[in-house]
Amino acid sequence: MQIELHVNGKAQVIEVDDPDMPLLYALRDDLGLSNPRFGCGLGQCGACTVHVDGRAVRSCVTPAAAAAGRQITTLAGLGTPEHPHPVQSAWIEEQVNQCAYCINGWIMTAAELLAHNPQPTETEIKLALDSLICRCGTHAAALRAVKRAAQSA
Amino acid sequence: MNKIDMNKIDMSQIDMGSKIETLPLDRRAFLASSGALVITLAASMEFAAPAKPAQAATNGAATRPPLTGDQLSSYITIDADGTVAAYYGKIDGGQGLGTSIAQMVAEEIDVPFEHVRVVMGDSGRTLDMGGASAAIGVSHGGMVLRRTAALARHILIETAAGALGLPADQLTVTDGVVHAVADGKRSISYAELIGGRYFDSKVDWNGKTSNALAVNVKVPLKTPDQFKVIGKSFRRRDLPGKVFGTLDMVNDMRLPGMLHARMIRPGIAGAVPVKIDESSIAQIPGTQVVWIKDLLAVVAEREWNAVKAARALKVTWSDSQPNFPGNEGLHAHIRNAPVVKRFIQRENGSVEDGFKQAARILEGEYEYPTQSHASMGPACALADVRADAATVWTSTQKPYDAAACVAELLGLPREKVRAIWMFGTGSYGRNDAGDVTADAAVLSQHLRRPVRVQYMRHEGLAWDPKGTASVSRNRAGIDANGKVIAYENIGKAFSRLDISTREARAADVLAGHLLGLPLRPEQSFEIPVASYTFDHGRLGWETIPPLMDRASPLRTSHLRDPYGPPILFGSESFMDEVAAATNMDPVEFRLQYLKNPRDRDAVRIAAEHYGWDKRTSPRKGRGDDIAIGRGIAFRRHFDTFIGLIAEVRVHRATGKIELARYVCAHDVGLIVNPETLRHVIERQLVYGTSRAMFEEVRFDQDMVTSVDWLTYPVLHMTAVPEKIDIVLIDRPEAAPSGAAEMALGLVPAAIGNAVFDATGVRLRRVPFTPERVKTALERA
Repeated sequence: MQIELHVNGKAQVIEVDDPDMPLLYALRDDLGLSNPRFGCGLGQCGACTVHVDGRAVRSCVTPAAAAAGRQITTLAGLGTPEHPHPVQSAWIEEQVNQCAYCINGWIMTAAELLAHNPQPTETEIKLALDSLICRCGTHAAALRAVKRAAQSA
Repeated sequence: MNKIDMNKIDMSQIDMGSKIETLPLDRRAFLASSGALVITLAASMEFAAPAKPAQAATNGAATRPPLTGDQLSSYITIDADGTVAAYYGKIDGGQGLGTSIAQMVAEEIDVPFEHVRVVMGDSGRTLDMGGASAAIGVSHGGMVLRRTAALARHILIETAAGALGLPADQLTVTDGVVHAVADGKRSISYAELIGGRYFDSKVDWNGKTSNALAVNVKVPLKTPDQFKVIGKSFRRRDLPGKVFGTLDMVNDMRLPGMLHARMIRPGIAGAVPVKIDESSIAQIPGTQVVWIKDLLAVVAEREWNAVKAARALKVTWSDSQPNFPGNEGLHAHIRNAPVVKRFIQRENGSVEDGFKQAARILEGEYEYPTQSHASMGPACALADVRADAATVWTSTQKPYDAAACVAELLGLPREKVRAIWMFGTGSYGRNDAGDVTADAAVLSQHLRRPVRVQYMRHEGLAWDPKGTASVSRNRAGIDANGKVIAYENIGKAFSRLDISTREARAADVLAGHLLGLPLRPEQSFEIPVASYTFDHGRLGWETIPPLMDRASPLRTSHLRDPYGPPILFGSESFMDEVAAATNMDPVEFRLQYLKNPRDRDAVRIAAEHYGWDKRTSPRKGRGDDIAIGRGIAFRRHFDTFIGLIAEVRVHRATGKIELARYVCAHDVGLIVNPETLRHVIERQLVYGTSRAMFEEVRFDQDMVTSVDWLTYPVLHMTAVPEKIDIVLIDRPEAAPSGAAEMALGLVPAAIGNAVFDATGVRLRRVPFTPERVKTALERA
């Protein structure tokens, strides 16, 4: 079957043999957008996070067919070096990451938070990011970066 | 002591790390053709390329001499545009090593930082410097490149002397241009001298490879007063590509015609496939079963179909009864298990006499759990095996060893296997990256097509090599005056080397075991560095047999800071016990028995920065509902000296511990990049908190039952330490030591000691889960 996906402002049609195939595999294997990553396949870690209609979703447990026709944004589509999203700028300023395998979850979830709550409290930031995993221990730096992004907005 | 305040650093000196890596060719075409992602190339070329040479260079060799340790070109080359390429036979596991290496090379060869690119971990282009190991990326590999860069500068000046008709001692170098000291216009650039060609000079190499590789260079290195690049906080070069989603990791690599594979693991450890029902996956398009001896996998043209087939495949497994002790019975098992090897690693005085003279003897035991690497991403690798040669793409820390392992598995000569390291999920020790590389190679050889293998989440937790559990036994003999006169510390554990951390042998990877090779364990554990000066001391260890002789989900190898947390949790908690038993303040106690000035400074400076008031533990008022306490732990590891103080709040009703503050005084000798150093220390303290507070591999008699992030809990955002103060002790006169893992080993003891200070209750078992803490409080 065919599915039309609107990713980073561009509509593309993919041919799949299983409508339940998670969006993650459509993005990576069919569209060649490699940067949302497989971390758990269970929706527990966030490494595969993208925005669907502005909401941060875990693409490893979202069927590709369910995202058909909706606006999908990946980390690479959120901002560019020339036009960075404030969260991306803050991530650079704070030099947050080590390996960055987890980065999609953190930046995309923080961007969603600030879109709906531009001036969150520290507790609100922590709670918003509490379902994400990072194994390099960048949590404290990520917290600083989200505060910085909120201030700059 | 020179404390560096990041707020006072001149931002104009900081490299504009926001320069974005954009590869000149189509990314995938570039990867497919060159097989390597040189992440620093474009960053330096595109934004800060040196001026093109006015004339083509003619010195040196037109082609690169053989990649051997005695050739200068194996370490340093100069591109046609004057960019310096440094060939680093280690890797950057995500802690910014590539940036620090570029700084060291730029300093010695006298070019701007931006004009150095670093090529890492490609067995076809870089010498075997051991890959990542023991946090010695700067102290060993970095120093090799620093010395060869100094030699290269010397040779370039000698060559320029001939070209300019001036004596070498009247020449100097500014930003890659050799010029007369007296007349800057009489000059010739590195690009004009040798750009695009290769040094044909020899290096005095010690003939060794891996971590032992060393070079002897008589040209003096720059001294700290001459530093322009070392010591500055250049920004991480790899981060922009990561933040903007443009940097490809090994799991993003694609090869034309490749198949996706998933491994099939048994539900009971030790079971092997005896019957496969291939019809169970017949409806899933483009799938195929690969069954070689006991190694079982499915492959598919589409990745998702490989995942589905791995779930759907019906396998009949052999009967296996591993009779594991279970994680709850593990420490009883360790205590009762026969000793394979007992080794007294350090002894001074006469411990038996010391204990005989003692007025009283204090004993304390501490238990540390099995822990998983639990890497953020399950391991992934690609292999393209042809009839007479093979290439693997891997994020293992040990690409050279992985190549040797793959060569053995495939029956190819070692030199016919090229391992290309790429960025991947963070790797802090011998995780599953070596196993997946071997799996990919075996499958590609069998299928005669390129193969990409990615493990699933349960494999990343249940099947990675584990950090060993241990029981730490401590004894102290105290004389009538309260002086500690005898100390004994014996750690009993599985060997930390069931499988070699170097993964160079087929017997060290799961694929090797499944193809018939038994475990070939070495016997090793460790002791705490004997910094304390007790009259009589004995430090040693005992290892016990592995739980299974091959393909064990509980096989042990190096997990980050391979023996620090288990050993120091015991020894540094016990020092606190002894301090309390002798009515001494824990800081004062340590200072009394530490004599080395750098040891003492680490403890003293941490205490001063914290605002430590002198008193014994536990504190008064510990009956409060929320009890507050502070604890210190100290270690020397190689030539790194660390004092760590933790401040905690203990909720008596629930047993929950909150981390209010860390103060870490950190002496690593010469500091190459202060911001990166702070970065590395802060993040490892957070990671170490996860290990101390949350992490334990659970298993029953059959199999590991920690298979996802619910059954292997780790630290999340709401548990992050609230304040982390890092005090860098800069010693420019001292050689740089390591920093990537040394502080984390202190975390369990620092927290445990703080809980004792808060509550008077001693924690003897990691992780400090609320249930366990609550039970300990109730028993007190």
